[in-house]
Amino acid sequence: MTNPNIPLATASTVSLIAAPPGADAKAAAVASTPKMSAKGLDFYYDKFHALRNVNLDIAEKKVTALIGPSGCGKSTLLRIFNRIYSIYPKLEARGQVLLDGDNILDPKYPLNRLRSKVGMVFQKPVPFPMSIYDNVAYAIRHYEKLSKADMDVRVEEALRQGALWDEVKSKLNGSALGLSGGQQQRLCIARAVALKPEVVLLDEPTSALDPIATGKIEQLVEELKERYTIAIVTHNMQQASRVSDYTAFMYLGELIEFGDTTTIFENPTKKMTEDYITGRYG
Amino acid sequence: MSDAARQAVADRLYFRRRIVNGVGLVFATLSTGFGLFWLAWILWTTFTTGIASLNGKLFTMMTPPPGDEGGLLNAFAGSAMICLLAILIGAPIGIAAGTYLAEYAKKSRLGEAIRFFNDILLSAPSIVLGMFVYTVVVKQVGHYSAFSGALALALIVLPVVVRTTDEMLKLVPSAMREAGLSLGVPQWKVTVQVLYRAALPGIVTGVLLALARISGETAPLLFTAFDNQFWSTNVAQPMASVPVVIYKFAMSADAGWKSLAWAGALVVTLFVLALSLISRAILLRNKVSND
Amino acid sequence: MVMAASAESIAVPQSDETRARRDGFADRLFRRIVAGAGIFVLATLAGVALTTLWGGREAFATFGFKFVVSSDWDTVGKQFGALAPVYGTLVTAAIALIIAVPVSFGIALYLTEIAPPWLRTPVAAAIELLAGIPSIIYGMWGLFVFVPIMGRHLNPWLNEHLSGWPVVGALFSGTQYSIGLGMLTAGIVLAIMVIPFISSVMREVFLTVPTRLKESAYALGSTTWEVAWDIVLPYTRTAVIGGIFLGLGRALGETMAVTFVLGNVHRLSLSLLEPGNSIAATIANEFAEADSEIFRASLIALAFLLFVVTFIVLAIAKLMLRQMEKKEGK
Repeated sequence: MTNPNIPLATASTVSLIAAPPGADAKAAAVASTPKMSAKGLDFYYDKFHALRNVNLDIAEKKVTALIGPSGCGKSTLLRIFNRIYSIYPKLEARGQVLLDGDNILDPKYPLNRLRSKVGMVFQKPVPFPMSIYDNVAYAIRHYEKLSKADMDVRVEEALRQGALWDEVKSKLNGSALGLSGGQQQRLCIARAVALKPEVVLLDEPTSALDPIATGKIEQLVEELKERYTIAIVTHNMQQASRVSDYTAFMYLGELIEFGDTTTIFENPTKKMTEDYITGRYG
Repeated sequence: MSDAARQAVADRLYFRRRIVNGVGLVFATLSTGFGLFWLAWILWTTFTTGIASLNGKLFTMMTPPPGDEGGLLNAFAGSAMICLLAILIGAPIGIAAGTYLAEYAKKSRLGEAIRFFNDILLSAPSIVLGMFVYTVVVKQVGHYSAFSGALALALIVLPVVVRTTDEMLKLVPSAMREAGLSLGVPQWKVTVQVLYRAALPGIVTGVLLALARISGETAPLLFTAFDNQFWSTNVAQPMASVPVVIYKFAMSADAGWKSLAWAGALVVTLFVLALSLISRAILLRNKVSND
Repeated sequence: MVMAASAESIAVPQSDETRARRDGFADRLFRRIVAGAGIFVLATLAGVALTTLWGGREAFATFGFKFVVSSDWDTVGKQFGALAPVYGTLVTAAIALIIAVPVSFGIALYLTEIAPPWLRTPVAAAIELLAGIPSIIYGMWGLFVFVPIMGRHLNPWLNEHLSGWPVVGALFSGTQYSIGLGMLTAGIVLAIMVIPFISSVMREVFLTVPTRLKESAYALGSTTWEVAWDIVLPYTRTAVIGGIFLGLGRALGETMAVTFVLGNVHRLSLSLLEPGNSIAATIANEFAEADSEIFRASLIALAFLLFVVTFIVLAIAKLMLRQMEKKEGK
């Protein structure tokens, strides 16, 4: 029978031996209570060891940014937080990721519960090939039986949270594919928050957007953190410094440095972090 | 060798190479003309002879006995029923199998094996498929039936739909799957409600192409659906179909039958060509909008 | 129980658990259904092979190996041999390839290197329309339009000029050439039918040849023909052969067109100008009228032979095309 403690024990034992000097940046305890936390997390793409002993706290109702050069594992880490990686074969996470104290990597943890609590928005906007209304209502229908009127309220609420309501309220039954890229991405955010999640994961949400659309999304992130815990992966340093409260810098599968964003950007303790932030590589 | 002599050799060589090139290019162009020539000739014959035989009775009267006046009404109805039934049987199984390949089997050994054998089924002689259905169904039941004909045609529909479904689902970006699953919606629902919708034009094209293929198909019907001179809607009994009637009438010595055969040939050809043009157009438009 | 304990320790609300169970069940069910459909494809192919083998067992048991090497086809005396239709099938397919392969190469070359770009798509679509025309139309056109022309013009000419030649003379001899039905006619009709298949494969693989490869050859002063012959063809060789085998598979199994123009005479004759027979045409012509068990079994046995041969040919085609896909890194 599965015992959630076993993988943790193995992973941490291994990591104690294998951990290189740079990796001892233990998750700096964040000021508020952590909503999610990774403990001794390792990740494998088949044979490739993509994450090494990552320990990280995601503070409740704050924005945590994950930064680092391409291939550092920041997206991989984010994709573990709602186990979306598990749809592909040969991928394996070891260690623990706690959500309100429960280990979500435990196979017993119900997947739909996890995914209704932890929403995700992807790099490229992917509206479903249906109407704007149905895009938002789609997942709600799977979880709740609502009357038409109640559903209307929920959809409006979600679209308002996605800062999209005013632009689409007259064409809710139009195809979502007709929206601009930025609108589509905000629709995807609305779709994710329609389930009333507790955590929202944003995987480079603005990388496919122009500067104006990007600005809108950043502003939206600012508003969303009133209600949700947010983790955002970005390759854009300015974006991280603008929107986040905490920043984690990752490199080659390891968490190099973690702290509140001002400290990381103005006074990093690690040379590597400083080099990356000042643009010396990556 | 002097420079001039060397130059002369090079010139001669170059001249020969240019001749070869010229002959080759003329050959290639003529080949294309050769292909188009047959297309034009066959279509021309079908159209002129067919139109000359076309009249209102074609769609209002039943197939006649030799020497009588008549039309192909029962054959048109029979073809429509048999083909529709074949699509109703073959398309769902094909879509399901294509879904299995694209969404579950992917590049696994079983998936690759199914793709391999599906492609062979795609080009397998249709008369052998008819023979298969004859042995399994007709012989067991003891008589010909429209249903057995539909089964034989369904086996032609199947590989076409499997292949297009597989390919069209593979074109749906994986981010769409992730977005659906990340909402906690189970995979079957994401597949049926989101991915099918995204791949719909492609899947419809596959079904239309399959319909185009079976609506002119004759060989497998010869000893499954067989033929029926009269109006029939009973799928458990023999039923007339346009291709089989064309075959019978064209091979006969009766002038009235022959002219009906040409009229039927014209209608079938128009129908098939229209279907393949429509499906091509859908596919093309979709490709453009996806890029 | 450990299971209950660990489930409790996560403290899952009931509704989540039931939904998870329901979703999991539906997911597994869906997966089984679609997997079943996938297996159905394999089962169909196996079923075709096994039932035709089973249906033809009486013929194989009665005539043994003689079934394949005998040219008897005596429906009254109930002696059946497959040699004549097998020979007809192979010869018509061979004629078809001899014509279709060079023509398809020419078409593919024209459509990839020679034709002005605006002309390429419509011409390619027109050539592919040839594949869309139902085979019964080819048959009717062949019987009523092409056969008389062959009988009146080409066949007498060939007979007159070539029948005296050593070795090949036998192919053009005979006395019934003026009917126009026969293996040469069938082969030409088959060629027209398989040209779209072979040329579209060739065209597609020619397009995969890297431009820099062709450009570097042009830069050395090569002519278009030399680039096609020395660069494009060697580069795409496996796939081109695969395309040819695909066309061969089609030609071997084609039924209706051949039935109309072959003459359906069970007689083993070397002459290409006289009526003959093929496996598919024999089955199409005679199955509905087969009046004895052994007659029917012989026809089903013929179907089995046809299936085995086309299966092998198509499998080779598929393997060669797949090799090309791997090279392309698809």
